[in-house]
Amino acid sequence: MWWMPLYRSTIGKKVIMAVTGLIMVGFVVVHMLGNLQAFQGPERINAYSAFLHSTGELLWVARTVLLVAVILHIDAAVQLTRIARAARPLQYAERRPQVSTLASRTMRWGGVVLVAFIVFHILHMTTGTVHPSFAAGDVYHNLVTGLRVWPVAIFYLLAMAALGLHLYHGVWSSARTLGVARPTPHPFHRPVAVVVAVAVAVGFALIPVAVLAGWIR
Amino acid sequence: MEFTLRVWRQAGPAAAGGFVDYPAPDISPDASFLEMLDVINERLSERGDEPIAFSHDCREGICGSCAMMIDGVAHGPVSGAATCQVHMRSFRTGDTLTIEPWRSVAFPVIKDLVTDRAALDRIIQAGGFITAPTGGARDANEILVPKDAADAAMDAASCIGCGACVAACPNGSASLFTAAKLTHLGLLPQGQPERSRRTISMVAQMDREHFGHCTMFGECQEACPKQISIDVIARMNRDYVRALATARPDRTAAAAG
Repeated sequence: MWWMPLYRSTIGKKVIMAVTGLIMVGFVVVHMLGNLQAFQGPERINAYSAFLHSTGELLWVARTVLLVAVILHIDAAVQLTRIARAARPLQYAERRPQVSTLASRTMRWGGVVLVAFIVFHILHMTTGTVHPSFAAGDVYHNLVTGLRVWPVAIFYLLAMAALGLHLYHGVWSSARTLGVARPTPHPFHRPVAVVVAVAVAVGFALIPVAVLAGWIR
Repeated sequence: MEFTLRVWRQAGPAAAGGFVDYPAPDISPDASFLEMLDVINERLSERGDEPIAFSHDCREGICGSCAMMIDGVAHGPVSGAATCQVHMRSFRTGDTLTIEPWRSVAFPVIKDLVTDRAALDRIIQAGGFITAPTGGARDANEILVPKDAADAAMDAASCIGCGACVAACPNGSASLFTAAKLTHLGLLPQGQPERSRRTISMVAQMDREHFGHCTMFGECQEACPKQISIDVIARMNRDYVRALATARPDRTAAAAG
């Protein structure tokens, strides 16, 4: 099959990272917009949660797609990191980055932070395992009581900063990895990535900030 | 001007290397970086010491021989310049300059600052030939090339194969080099018949040489003495996926094997 040499090539692994990354970008955008309903009161966001759960199999299809995307994304990242490490066994005594962004240089560690956050977040807000007073179905109650614990809220905010950086590089570079970016005199300009990264990071961060500030209670 | 050079010295491919400090007084600000090394080497030879080995040829930025990491930057601090086009006036007197060879598993050190960059030649070889009739000169403009395609192909063809893209890439990727070579022929009518086969085999060879992958850091574009844009990499990626998806089975098998 033609996709086997693709999978084995470094370009193919990057294509996998780009496609799975974009799937997850779609998810976080929808998730962020859904969360903002917390500002419209408990009835609104709890009804939204009930609607999502009422979709039954569809919810599990979405979860499966996301899980597969996460696994493929991490699998390709680990393989590529190994290849890159092996490509330069002896490091430079001195190296000065010229144009690479902080975001691009923190993709690996930022990704590790995001995995840790996702695991915690699911145990916190989905299963309630690590939540102080989890009530199934009462999303509003769960997020207010869960994020009132300030170290947890700080962790959420740090994770959203990491997510913003990850998206700032990932959204832009995935278009180039997939070759859909058109030639331009300014290849580092990334208006779409800036909008997506800022909107997602700020949109998510509003909730813990609002809880800490007492705007939603 | 006066400098202290911190130079990587390595007697041979298998020898252990290390940094050696050399004082470099009385250097003309108008000396090129290579001329400065010539002066230092003369002084070393007069003392009976082994001169610093470095590769160089044309000394006008078109051969791609000179290659060194100067203070952590491939080809030093001047944008769009090879090492030979960097002059000592670009540094401050009293500076300590760290000079290292390109670091890549695909570029083994031969001696001091000289590396073996044959891996790049093998990527070009993997591209094979294009179908071009030989014999008498053909009419000019017999094959029409759109002006923008000709310009973009020429930009890509300006690659001198110095390897600075690999040296500057945190992943040690040769994507800019390979993509420049692929774009050069891929944009021209003469390059169309073998375009898919060429793309598949050159990318396969790039991976086989153990170069890293492209993360779009962008460091290669900044390091490139010919300022080739990372746009060529997006083009290579698109072409590669399309080539694999449309290749006939025998061609795919030949490239994979």
